[in-house]
Amino acid sequence: MSEPVLRVEGLQSEFRIGGQWYPAVRDFSLAVEANETVAVVGESGSGKSVTALSILGLLPAVGARIARGSVIFGGRDLVGLSEAELATLRGDAIAMIFQEPMTSLNPTMTVGDQVAEVIRIHRGTSRKAALAEALHLLEEVRIPAARQRLHDYPHQFSGGMRQRVMIAMALACRPKLLLADEPTTALDVTIQAQVLALLNELKQSYGMSILFITHNLGVVAQMADRVAVMYAGEIVECAPVAELFAAPLHPYTEALLQAMPRVDRDSAALHPIGGQVPPLTAMPPGCAFAPRCPLRQPQCERHPPLVPLRLGSGHSLRCFVRAAMESAA
Amino acid sequence: MTDTATPLSTARPSMALLVTLQRNRLSWIGLALIAAIVVMAVFAPLLAPHDPIKQNIIDRLEPPSAEFLLGTDSYGRDVLSRIIYGARISLMIGFVAVAIAMVVGSTIGILAGYIGGLFDQIVMGVVDVMLAFPTLLLGLMIAAMLGASLENLIIAIAVTEMAPFARVARAPTIGLKEREFVAAGRVLGFGPLRIMGVHILPNMVSDVVVLGSLWMASAIRTEASLSFIGLGVQPPTPTWGGMIREGFENILTAWWLVVFPSLAILLTVLALNILGDALRDAIDPKLRSENAA
Repeated sequence: MSEPVLRVEGLQSEFRIGGQWYPAVRDFSLAVEANETVAVVGESGSGKSVTALSILGLLPAVGARIARGSVIFGGRDLVGLSEAELATLRGDAIAMIFQEPMTSLNPTMTVGDQVAEVIRIHRGTSRKAALAEALHLLEEVRIPAARQRLHDYPHQFSGGMRQRVMIAMALACRPKLLLADEPTTALDVTIQAQVLALLNELKQSYGMSILFITHNLGVVAQMADRVAVMYAGEIVECAPVAELFAAPLHPYTEALLQAMPRVDRDSAALHPIGGQVPPLTAMPPGCAFAPRCPLRQPQCERHPPLVPLRLGSGHSLRCFVRAAMESAA
Repeated sequence: MTDTATPLSTARPSMALLVTLQRNRLSWIGLALIAAIVVMAVFAPLLAPHDPIKQNIIDRLEPPSAEFLLGTDSYGRDVLSRIIYGARISLMIGFVAVAIAMVVGSTIGILAGYIGGLFDQIVMGVVDVMLAFPTLLLGLMIAAMLGASLENLIIAIAVTEMAPFARVARAPTIGLKEREFVAAGRVLGFGPLRIMGVHILPNMVSDVVVLGSLWMASAIRTEASLSFIGLGVQPPTPTWGGMIREGFENILTAWWLVVFPSLAILLTVLALNILGDALRDAIDPKLRSENAA
């Protein structure tokens, strides 16, 4: 198998709270293959966005750090690269889109100039050539009447259109990897479907990989090839998308799927997960999900490792109880 | 006819300014006054009826008449001509000093706001110390230290007025650097200078410009005050503050020597304040909608 586009190994990102360092992301290992979409799912505060920011080296300079691990991209470890070296990568080989399209564009610049700016910085082309390329990109993300709208300001665009502009900016330099941090959360459902379809299509034509961060399992089903489920800062289960939805193994994944509303099930059958995610400052020493877990056993007092199940299935799991049941079966 | 391409909003500050001017009669007066003073300063040689420097002992302390519309001073110089030429100095000092204060002050403010941390605390501490001094006192100290000349006067006023610009530029920078489009810029690989110059500065420049028009009035007042106590531009160059000082000696016998230059200062400062208010109204959307209601 060829080298993956992105390989994160044992990443641990920490925040300083009251003079002490607490890990927000622990032992995060994940590989993204070429032209693959990997979704990272989890509830708020599970460390999804911190992971994305860690990959790009964008954690705040004060009060946050990457304590351990490596982020291998293009044969280089991004952890420990200088800010200047990282800046040349960002927006060029790795791009990112955000949740908030309404505020992610500079209100004082025309959208054409904003897209062109990215091209000019990373490619050093002239303003005119960059604007022509920007027009092409806006057409590619299906901005209607792109030629007229090139000189419009962001406030003249709707939310969905602004997210398209953000996508055009992210794709301006044909990145190998796109980090999408809940890119459709702020959009209504029909626009969300359009934007997701557009992303899928551009992924094919650009041949890029996507690391898709979301809390929306419906979006995962539509977009992802593989899914990593995060809980309290660590991956608890990672599997190909069909397998995860058909046969979830980790009790948390199971509970998450049961808590998701579905058209083909009675909404009365939704099961909320009891309890709360443990706070950063009071992580249990053993399995982080144990306090809320219906299958809790004495051995869950120890911290379970993320172990691959059945060779070659690409399914890995962080749970003593279920892993034992699987190997017994 | 349908024309979907026409933008309906007037979010551009230039458009909003025109709208405000249309609604507010007072701001027209301010703008017209400023225009008149600028024209007066630019075309001074054409407009002035007499040489502002040439002394004429025979016509000294003449009251206003058809020959000397605003009278003459104790050296027999025409007061009207001196006021017209004095506008050049006042406007130049006001404009250049505020421009310097604006550029340097907002650069300091943006850097402090963007970099933050210890740098911010030290810089803003110095700015606070400068703000604690009364403008005139600080200007007086600097002017006395450097010596009385046009350049030194400009430096003194620029230094004293830097602090408020630094404060006003820093506050929005702190807010703007947390905004998503600045984060998006970092994600897209923009350097800090580009983010500060292209993505933060244009979003706050209106605040700074409004402040500039207000502080220009203050600069003109400071210039007049410093000239009045003899630390400004040296005679025989006509300045409004200098004219008041010279006229002060004869205030009981020749009232026109003090009253007319004072009026010139008053009108200029008033006009700049009105203009500053109009600019602020044009830029602040909340006040703008109140005007519309």
